Amino acid sequence: MIEQRPAPYTDVAPSAAVSAAAGGGPGRRRRHVLDLDDYAPAEIEEVLSTAEAMRGILARPIKKVPTLRGRTVVTLFYEASTRTRVSFEMAAKALGADTVNISASGSSVEKGESLLDTVRTLRALGADTVVMRHKSAGAPYLVASEINASVINAGDGWHAHPSQALLDLFTVRSHLGRLDGLKVVLLGDVLHSRVARSNLWGFTHMGAQVVLCGPPTLLPPASFGCDGLPWPATVEYRVDRALEGADVVMALRLQTERQAAGLLPSVREYVHQYGLTEERLAMAKPGALVMHPGPMNEGIEIDTAVARGVQSVIEEQVTNGVAVRMALLYLLSGLSADQARGA
Amino acid sequence: MQPAQKLLGADDVRRAITRIAHEIVERNRGVEDLVLVGLRTRGVPLAHRLQRTILECEGLPVPFGELDVTLYRDDLQSTALRALQSTQIPVDISGRRVILVDDVLYTGRTVRAALDALIDLGRPRGIQLVCLVDRGHRELPIRPDYVGKNLPTAPEDTVKVRLLETDGVDEVVLLSPAGAGARAEAGRD
Amino acid sequence: MARIRLTGGRVIDPASGLDDVTDLVLDEGVVKGLSRGSGSADGETVLDVSGYVVAPGFVDLHTHLREPGFEDMESLRSGTRAAAAGGFTTVCAMPDTSPTTDTGSDVEALLRMARRDAVVRVLPVGTVTKHREGRELSEMADMAEAGAVAFTDSGRMVKTGALMRRALEYTLLTGLPIADHVEDPDIAGGGVMNEGPTATRLGLRGVPHEAEEVAVARDLALARLTGGRLHLAHLSTAGSIGLLGRAREQGLAVSAEVTPHHLTLTDAAVAGSESGRLYDANARVSPPLRTLEDAEALLQGLREGVIDCIATDHAPHRIIDKNCEFDDAAPGISGLETAFGLLMRLVHAGRLDLATLIAALTVRPSRVWGLPYGTLARGAPGDLVVLDPAQAWTVDPGRFLSKGKNTPLAGQTLRGAVLLTVVNGTVVYRNGL
Repeated sequence: MIEQRPAPYTDVAPSAAVSAAAGGGPGRRRRHVLDLDDYAPAEIEEVLSTAEAMRGILARPIKKVPTLRGRTVVTLFYEASTRTRVSFEMAAKALGADTVNISASGSSVEKGESLLDTVRTLRALGADTVVMRHKSAGAPYLVASEINASVINAGDGWHAHPSQALLDLFTVRSHLGRLDGLKVVLLGDVLHSRVARSNLWGFTHMGAQVVLCGPPTLLPPASFGCDGLPWPATVEYRVDRALEGADVVMALRLQTERQAAGLLPSVREYVHQYGLTEERLAMAKPGALVMHPGPMNEGIEIDTAVARGVQSVIEEQVTNGVAVRMALLYLLSGLSADQARGA
Repeated sequence: MQPAQKLLGADDVRRAITRIAHEIVERNRGVEDLVLVGLRTRGVPLAHRLQRTILECEGLPVPFGELDVTLYRDDLQSTALRALQSTQIPVDISGRRVILVDDVLYTGRTVRAALDALIDLGRPRGIQLVCLVDRGHRELPIRPDYVGKNLPTAPEDTVKVRLLETDGVDEVVLLSPAGAGARAEAGRD
Repeated sequence: MARIRLTGGRVIDPASGLDDVTDLVLDEGVVKGLSRGSGSADGETVLDVSGYVVAPGFVDLHTHLREPGFEDMESLRSGTRAAAAGGFTTVCAMPDTSPTTDTGSDVEALLRMARRDAVVRVLPVGTVTKHREGRELSEMADMAEAGAVAFTDSGRMVKTGALMRRALEYTLLTGLPIADHVEDPDIAGGGVMNEGPTATRLGLRGVPHEAEEVAVARDLALARLTGGRLHLAHLSTAGSIGLLGRAREQGLAVSAEVTPHHLTLTDAAVAGSESGRLYDANARVSPPLRTLEDAEALLQGLREGVIDCIATDHAPHRIIDKNCEFDDAAPGISGLETAFGLLMRLVHAGRLDLATLIAALTVRPSRVWGLPYGTLARGAPGDLVVLDPAQAWTVDPGRFLSKGKNTPLAGQTLRGAVLLTVVNGTVVYRNGL
């Protein structure tokens, strides 16, 4: 029985709640970057153009400016990460900030210290910005409510990874010159993907048409249908149809645990049905961009030839990540801790 | 009720630029190795005019660049965050004499930031400073090499340079608090 | 015991169909009767309750009092004081304590502790299976003799269909209902909120409606098979109402309850519709808050009698079990003290009349479990409540008498206040009267 559940009558409330939490909204400078759901196109535009200026700095012999001198950026990672953590650290250092890295292993987290205890410690030590990753969706909101520092969500559960989506927008726009009207395919495990969710917000805010494609078990439940999705996106189970005329194809990482969890008959079948191969890519527009948020399982969700092919901008995504994160750190810096407290 | 007081008119601005262009050429005995760098926002059109004037009298194009010093400022927390603009200097400044161009010299903090920014870009042989207006009240040991006009002001005054390229008119005006009040009142009519 | 006379109130007693302005007298701990304007006798406490509503004390079939074993979350003392503040004069204590209420002596021990500490009547509910583990039946007949009023594996569905069948067969002996937490754990799949657009947006694992409906269907089929006495705890979906309605038409001996929060809130509360906080762990509850459509169906079911009564599922938790990651937060709402005010939203919105609301909190739960409470008939236990349906107050969990401060309603203004609660003729709560 596929019954149409009512549309999300909650549409307005969450945005309002986010604005309150993030301090965004009209006329106010954002204090946190937790999700892209409440970003206006102009604000995304601001991040992208700022990132453009930051990319200029990174191209110079001395890749460092003193903007955030004396500020402390803490990276608090409850999940393993290389590229995101290092990318934020490089961004912070390029802006002259001091960085402190905390990861769950080797810290008091292993002794069972609660998230809020850790956050209160950071507050007492005077962190200016906390970049955090956590396995639980919403954890950065909890932290943001308890600390006067700015919080940047570097990935929370299945929920959001806003800096990744912004760097994806940045990369696409610098290649294709626009975002509006593009057909963007998110291919694979959308259900468990925070990258997919943030890109859904980012691309749809900027006027792109997003198609979700993957096995039905790895897409948001069908019971409430496309109309019930929080985004103006469409769902297509068949990969050939999804890729037709695409400007951008983003393959998502397939966690091999999904097979054990009963969501996939086998990884082999997934590769057969959904792996991004050169033949499949040929269905997309000539010159369509190939993206992947990393880390890649080459040979599973994406063929090595495609990942390293001429249409791939995967390495560039990583490079652009630093510029985009510099932009975010810079744009948050306008609000000092004192002002934030007063705000 | 006094409106904004005009300190320099279009002719004054034109003459000042022509004079400064000649001073630059004279002092540097030519234009070899020079690079003009305009400070965003209004230093950029001024630098551009200097380049044109030098081209007219010397027949040689001086390289020309634009500098955004926002990331080097020391007052990020107290000013409203401004949109970043790009820094574009088409030549390597190392070994060259940089002519830094700004509209108004006041506390010297912007120039300080610009010096840091330039030095991060390379090792120039020297840096010289042009300003259209020097209004005094320096907070740092910085002095201009070329001045369009020295204008004594009070700290609470605002000196506004308007240029054709950015504002549609060439002039320098003084907005004193009394003048500001007058304008506000006029606005109510 | 002192004689109490309440004068000038609007007395609503759905059990007898009474809704009239009259005096009410309690004496010797029981309802003495109604009288209009007669003079007061000597030694009588007279309370002028003009402009207010006098009703039977509320009866809650689903209360987690946490004692013994989890006194840091709630105790018999704090939980029953909270009950009194919420207008409840009888609460049915869930057995998910430590130890669980598995035997006749466990029931006796609870009743003994209640005599010492409780300010309202506490009726023990025993487990269906020992330690709620779903392996062996608990000693339900002994517990019934000792004073248990129902059985449940509280917080968990009775694990297997085979066990549920045996448990329902056993009700033919005890005459007491099996109250099942109808949620199939496999289908629920570790979900933390309602499956739907909001969960998709927030990236939280969802519990589909069907996790409940599959469980309801199983239990109804087994009730049909056994002729046993089934009670469905805290229904949350429109589909469950449909299944239940059909079962009733077939004459099954089944009853059901709904909570104040499932009648009034939706999964938007997780996204901050009440508190303004996204990922509000205080809106995490089991079963999860559903959709507007579900809430509508539940209300209609309550109005039409498909659902018998309202029960709070009062589930107090420690602050640290809520002020944490949403995935790690304990499910449950501390609901005794906000129940009436929250439910009055429905009355103020014109969607439920006050008499029906009072019936759903008094005579209907009493009848469904065969309890002699929830009425102001002459000679009935002197349990009553004085209500001001219009009084606005702001929910401040810091002032809860319950140790559980976990509510998504903090800061909300509710209209509808409890002014006085009387149990067996004794005033146990008084607020501004």
